[in-house]
Amino acid sequence: MNRNLLSINDLSREDIESLLATARVDFLDLSKRDIKKVPTLRGRTVIDLFYEKSTRTSTSFELAGKRLSADVINVKADSSAVGKGESLKDTTLTLNAYRPDIIVIRHPHVGAAAFVARYTDAHVINAGDGMGEHPTQCLLDIFSLQQEFGDLSGLKVAIVGDILHSRVARSNIIGFQKMGMKVTLVAPPGLLPRGVEALGVAGQRAGTRSSDRPDGGRSGADLKVAHSLDALADVGVIYLLRMQKERHEGGNFLPSLREYIARYQVGLRHLSDGKKVLHPGPINRGVEIEGALADSPENLILQQVEAGLAVRMAIMYRLIVDSAVADAGAAVDTEAGAAKPAAEVKNIHAVG
Amino acid sequence: MSGVFVKTVVSADQLGRTIVRIAHEILEKDQEPGQLALVGIHTRGAHLAHRLAKLMEQFTGQQIAVGELDISLYRDDVAARGSLTVRSRLAQPEIKGTNLPFSIDDMTIVLVDDVLFTGRTIRAAIDALFDYGRPSCIQLAVLVDRGHRELPIRPDFVGKNLPTSQGERINVRLSEVDGEDEIVLEATREGVES
Repeated sequence: MNRNLLSINDLSREDIESLLATARVDFLDLSKRDIKKVPTLRGRTVIDLFYEKSTRTSTSFELAGKRLSADVINVKADSSAVGKGESLKDTTLTLNAYRPDIIVIRHPHVGAAAFVARYTDAHVINAGDGMGEHPTQCLLDIFSLQQEFGDLSGLKVAIVGDILHSRVARSNIIGFQKMGMKVTLVAPPGLLPRGVEALGVAGQRAGTRSSDRPDGGRSGADLKVAHSLDALADVGVIYLLRMQKERHEGGNFLPSLREYIARYQVGLRHLSDGKKVLHPGPINRGVEIEGALADSPENLILQQVEAGLAVRMAIMYRLIVDSAVADAGAAVDTEAGAAKPAAEVKNIHAVG
Repeated sequence: MSGVFVKTVVSADQLGRTIVRIAHEILEKDQEPGQLALVGIHTRGAHLAHRLAKLMEQFTGQQIAVGELDISLYRDDVAARGSLTVRSRLAQPEIKGTNLPFSIDDMTIVLVDDVLFTGRTIRAAIDALFDYGRPSCIQLAVLVDRGHRELPIRPDFVGKNLPTSQGERINVRLSEVDGEDEIVLEATREGVES
């Protein structure tokens, strides 16, 4: 891994596979033990800096840090000096003076995590920057899908809902394609970013922007666009997004919420052939997701929450370990033998 | 830093007999097979534990519990040189984790590893075990004791004592991982010239 995790683009497919293998092998079963803690990051300091409301992301980062034995400090913008007008730069410099090892940042503005990374020596994890990215959500989603489906190559996924305002969608469009999945975006035109087809792998390869045709332009593109739930017919996974009403102010993105519900709400009737439903949460029952589906075992929402803890532990662990490896140099030692000069090679003898 | 001085110090035949002897010694220590569990430290310790358990089952006709332990998360040097060991593990195509398919509470646990060197791995393994339960007793079986302990740890069962210098490397090769059974000693070029 790089020094920071700011974007899902910081990781290659191999990086993702390796990171998620750590999460699966080392951290997933930890929660099932009586003692749910390992001493790995003992003495390290993690600061969770949250400028937006959050339940699962902030609790899972806090728990992840604690279960790795790090000292975890939570700073919430509404109860800190931020309310007194301190800038993000000054808050970062102040916190950096405590010499934290990891800063986790959630902020309403795009690029905030990268900005923080410029003013701290700590590893920075982007826990959501406005409408920018949410790479740890993407990683836990990939993890949940791997647990359910195994190899993801060729798996078809539809991302349905308020894609325009969703940092989760942005990270997942990139991340899912990295894993070889075929992505279809399903949303009313007003909730799709203009030119989103350019995020398609094939579109990027060709260096062209796809047209505005409903099928996403060029045939064979990995990223398609549709404006009807009919597009769910041939997918294996439906990824639902919350209607981000708090980001709709001052804009006219939808004719009406009622029309959206009538045309885009996903329910049990859309599931067939073992389709699974994911949702990053929080869900709005009766809006993007039918109540019966929210209560159905066909959704993997709670598995995603469980995965989030293991994946975030793996991220913190690997940021620290991988950078230590980079510092220590390329040599590989083992318990069986250190690579120091030997003094008495000729006196080797086995004593049985 | 590749070894220029490589010598087979234990052959496949000898290695097989040594493992049989350790299996007998563990049983000889007047232990109840039902209360006994072998826990091998990844990677080669785990294979050794399974071999020992199989032999002990042949000798006693009773099943012996066997598990595997990964100690990466318990190392005392996660952010220092030891992270290289962690990293080389993570670079493997399929990383293995801890698998203890039984309760270790009130059991006699025999930790199994291939080479005993500084003792730091064993310290980490003991810490890890205690997070899974409270064994009544922990013993240590190693195929090779090469000396240079940095902690007050001593093995209960030893296959071979191989006194070495710091610059040498003991490689236990097992057919399950390496295609053949042998123990080789490697020295570095620097070691030979100094």
